Amino acid sequence: MFGVTVSVVQFGGSNCDRDAVRALGHLGVDAERVWHEDGLPDDTEGIVLPGGFSYGDYLRAGAMAARAPIMEEVRDAAADGVPVLGVCNGAQIGSEAGLTPGAFTTNASARFQCEPVHLRVERTDTPWTAAYDEGDVIEVPIAHGEGRFEIGDDAYDDLVADDRVLFRYCDADGNVTDDANPNGSTGNVAGVLGERETVAVLMPHPERATLPDVATSTDGAGILEAFA
Amino acid sequence: MTDYTATVTVRLKRGVLDPEAETTKDALERLGFELSGLRSADRFEIDLSADDADAAAARADEMAERLLANPTIHDYEVAVEER
Repeated sequence: MFGVTVSVVQFGGSNCDRDAVRALGHLGVDAERVWHEDGLPDDTEGIVLPGGFSYGDYLRAGAMAARAPIMEEVRDAAADGVPVLGVCNGAQIGSEAGLTPGAFTTNASARFQCEPVHLRVERTDTPWTAAYDEGDVIEVPIAHGEGRFEIGDDAYDDLVADDRVLFRYCDADGNVTDDANPNGSTGNVAGVLGERETVAVLMPHPERATLPDVATSTDGAGILEAFA
Repeated sequence: MTDYTATVTVRLKRGVLDPEAETTKDALERLGFELSGLRSADRFEIDLSADDADAAAARADEMAERLLANPTIHDYEVAVEER
């Protein structure tokens, strides 16, 4: 869709940056890791905030990285229409930085959870989901301790009314149920859009469901294909 | 300028699930304690100098707004004492 050069922003404690670069490379996307202190390269046309444990999850997951100077550049780029995708810790960073609504906090289980989950695609008219059909169920893994989406009742109503929910946790048949909700997220929300449809965050890891040699599912490739 | 300690207490809003507090409560009950509820909070003690207590509180308040609390899920309180 975008056909862009992607900067994968690496903070101290990021650990999915290489995976993201490799998965994007597999899809033919030119991507490179960028150390946060170096700022965004001039040729940045797309941005991935990768997973990991930036700053050891101090204070709240993503809280420190969200206040790093490079995030000013990321916010400006996002406002200019540069596509930005936050994955897992990158989703926490994105929401802490105000790129997307809501917050990701401690799983209802109080445990770190690493497991495959099913997601229902709620919209297909966004760059991140153009590869799917409406109602598609995709399998993508999660790996997080703080992935429970919280937003407050009124703001949740606004989120739904504005059609900014991108993915919901569901069962294999696409039913959005409590049993299929791995972390107690409000409305089973797994991923949301920012003010622009070119900005999105999600807790599951599409880069871990892209490479056929290492992944049991390649369903996540469609999300990263937005950059292709 | 006067030296103050501003204490910022950050807690989850009422109604927001607190799995860590639930787990802690369960552990206390396993130890044989009787209790009907438990809430946890983060407390930050910030040493600073300001013209007066109001100015110190205002600065600590901004710290809470911009970093120490996440307004989506947290409430916070600020208390200032001379140091």
